[in-house]
Amino acid sequence: MTALINELWPYLILVTLGYLPNEIWRVLGLVMARGLNEDSEIVVWSRAVATAILAGVIAKLIVFSPGALANIPLGVRVGAVVCGFVAFLAIRRSVFAGVVVGEATLLLGGYLFTR
Amino acid sequence: MPDAPSFNSNASAFFGGLRTAWTSVFCMVMAGTYVGLGALAHDFGLSALWLTVSTLMIWAGPAQVILISALGTGAAPIEVAIGVALTGIRLLPMVVALLPLLKGPQTRLRDLLLPAHFTSVSMWVESLRLLPGMARDHRIAFCNGLSVGFNATAVVAGLFGYFLAAKLPLLFAGALLFLTPMSFLVSTARNARTLMDRLALALGLVFGTVLAASHVELDLMWSGLGGGTIAYLVHRFRRGIA
Repeated sequence: MTALINELWPYLILVTLGYLPNEIWRVLGLVMARGLNEDSEIVVWSRAVATAILAGVIAKLIVFSPGALANIPLGVRVGAVVCGFVAFLAIRRSVFAGVVVGEATLLLGGYLFTR
Repeated sequence: MPDAPSFNSNASAFFGGLRTAWTSVFCMVMAGTYVGLGALAHDFGLSALWLTVSTLMIWAGPAQVILISALGTGAAPIEVAIGVALTGIRLLPMVVALLPLLKGPQTRLRDLLLPAHFTSVSMWVESLRLLPGMARDHRIAFCNGLSVGFNATAVVAGLFGYFLAAKLPLLFAGALLFLTPMSFLVSTARNARTLMDRLALALGLVFGTVLAASHVELDLMWSGLGGGTIAYLVHRFRRGIA
């Protein structure tokens, strides 16, 4: 019995602390979106808010990085993002070019400046 | 890939979605992100099955990062739930903006359950780019194909990272985690065609950094509501005088 509980415990946590707090937003969105069309003001506003929240997540991942990324100095992380973004703008607005240049800069900077 | 693919059946729309997923730049990026997540799960002693179930059920990178690190470091349950819920807020406006593109007069609620559950940043960005140019009848099937393509990629990449784990040097593990913000930044910028979208992106970056740095509670929610609403109001104002 104890063995079974130990086995299932991580899944209980997965559902209660991971699945439910995350899924609630999708369900609420589903409920709210009924009867709306894509040009309605609330949908346009929602798109702006979603974009800004996503931008906030991006900024936090770069400035307050998790795990192994935190090992690379902040200046290198920010520099790599800027280089990647400039490459994206310069090379036909290519996402691939932006990611490759950003990653290359990060690896080079990380190699040179991480103790 | 043309901007507006056309299909003659739901099956071909589904496979079109799969193909779009697997040729999308997000596919590689997502693979990288989930290789990193798999490595993280391995480090924290979770099973490969648990990782797979979490990818299918939660299907949100930031929420999974929080949950996995919390399980590994033993954070307070309520703190974990709040953290996951905060990163998930972004899904609400995404679903609200996505579903009107998917449904027609005949659409049943249960047909929208799968697209709503599988709403993720990658799927949302690609859907908003491609759906408007597509016949309404095939949009749900296309969207489901897109989701299945992305999700299958994430599951396989997660397992790859899980079993590769620990063998990855620290610098490369950091570079893997960097894939997420870098790719989401440029892909969101590419999608931002209107002034409102660009402004929301820029304000979100600035507010997100400032609010997080000043340890404001619920920082993501405030930066999203603040930045998004300002961008929306500027858009309204300009439309008003134009």
